[in-house]
Amino acid sequence: MVAKRIIPCLDIDNNRTVKGINFLNLIDAGDPVELAKLYSNQGADELVFLDITATKDKRKTLSNLALKISKNINIPFTVGGGISSIDDVSSMLFSGADKISINTQAYRTPDLINKVSSRYGSQCVVVAIDAKYINGSWYVYLVGGREKTNTKLIDWAVEVQERGAGEILFTSMNNDGTKNGFANEILSNLSEKLTIPIIASGGAGKVQDFVDVFKIGNADAALAASVFHFKEIEIKNLKEELIKNNIKVRL
Amino acid sequence: MNVAIVDYGVGNIKSIQHSLDRIGVNHTYTMAKEEIISADKVIFPGVGDASYAMKQLKNQNLDKLIPNLKQPFLGICLGMQLMCNYSEEGDTSCLGVINTRVKKFNSNNNKIPQIGWNNIKNLKTNLFKGINENEFMYFVHTYFVPKSTYTISESLYGLNYSSAINKDNFYGTQFHPEKSGLIGEKIIKNFISEL
Repeated sequence: MVAKRIIPCLDIDNNRTVKGINFLNLIDAGDPVELAKLYSNQGADELVFLDITATKDKRKTLSNLALKISKNINIPFTVGGGISSIDDVSSMLFSGADKISINTQAYRTPDLINKVSSRYGSQCVVVAIDAKYINGSWYVYLVGGREKTNTKLIDWAVEVQERGAGEILFTSMNNDGTKNGFANEILSNLSEKLTIPIIASGGAGKVQDFVDVFKIGNADAALAASVFHFKEIEIKNLKEELIKNNIKVRL
Repeated sequence: MNVAIVDYGVGNIKSIQHSLDRIGVNHTYTMAKEEIISADKVIFPGVGDASYAMKQLKNQNLDKLIPNLKQPFLGICLGMQLMCNYSEEGDTSCLGVINTRVKKFNSNNNKIPQIGWNNIKNLKTNLFKGINENEFMYFVHTYFVPKSTYTISESLYGLNYSSAINKDNFYGTQFHPEKSGLIGEKIIKNFISEL
């Protein structure tokens, strides 16, 4: 059967990786291509690049980056950040990205999901959903968690699946940054309600968190940033521990 | 040695081009018939929807050309599925190179699409020369080719299915060798130098 995936996430600002990076053996730790190579060699199953640059030529910057990455690594990768039209998607895919991730724009113009999946296939459409648990319910948030909506997480997740999303990248805002583990209860609910794979994000702090997100949260993949960037967890060791816990991963 | 990558307006071919660059062979991305016919090897990529892809092939009259090619031919992912007779995806007649159908995974027991790394086993032909049983390859698909006499690699996702097929000079892989790290690149190298 298909292996559970470990996905490091790189935040890109103006062509550089941001969020504290603590690599000693890299010539240029801020170079996303160098980091991508390093993670790929350590056994990452995929990579996600999120562009947080707020400029108008973002699309060009991001597609140039995608081209450089695809030249240097031969594992799948997703790019996201500011993708708002089918033209943006085409430019990313033709630059070598395997998937695109859309979040706020998917919510504002949901038809974009249908358009991209019917043109390029649902396998390249990752819909990222940020949600927060308030008074007993999970609500969808937009614009990097700055704007609350009244839409319930499960409703939106079901809708994006029906519109043709191939995967959901779910970030629990309650867990993100806490290093106390993933939001396993809602993850397992999502997994039960949906037929497409779920990538869990937000809360990774230790190896056991990854064991739990696969065993309890039933996630298909786990995404994390700082635990990898700060070398708190090394991907190869993580995968060895997962295997000891009878979780199938690629080693 | 010149490799033609068939251009019919679908698919992400950058990774295949980069792989071939690393291996060090010349390649062209082309829809020109003469270039495809005269190439030493042909790679037939493809992602996305089968009916849309067949429409594109028909518009360029490549649907007649491909089944008659004589050189080693490698269809990847949707490219492999299009080599079959028929796909349930969009109820589509395909190229008919390999006498088998393409079916949809059952979503009762599995997430669909299958996305990620899965093992390949019962490997046959020189495409897999030097490749160990149970290596991991990267897959992304909703439809699959059942096992048959043409199967040269199988994988398990709810059921055992064909993760690679072959008939005469035609080879197809359901997985993406160009996305499957160094082992994947070795399979592309085998296609170039062993077939």
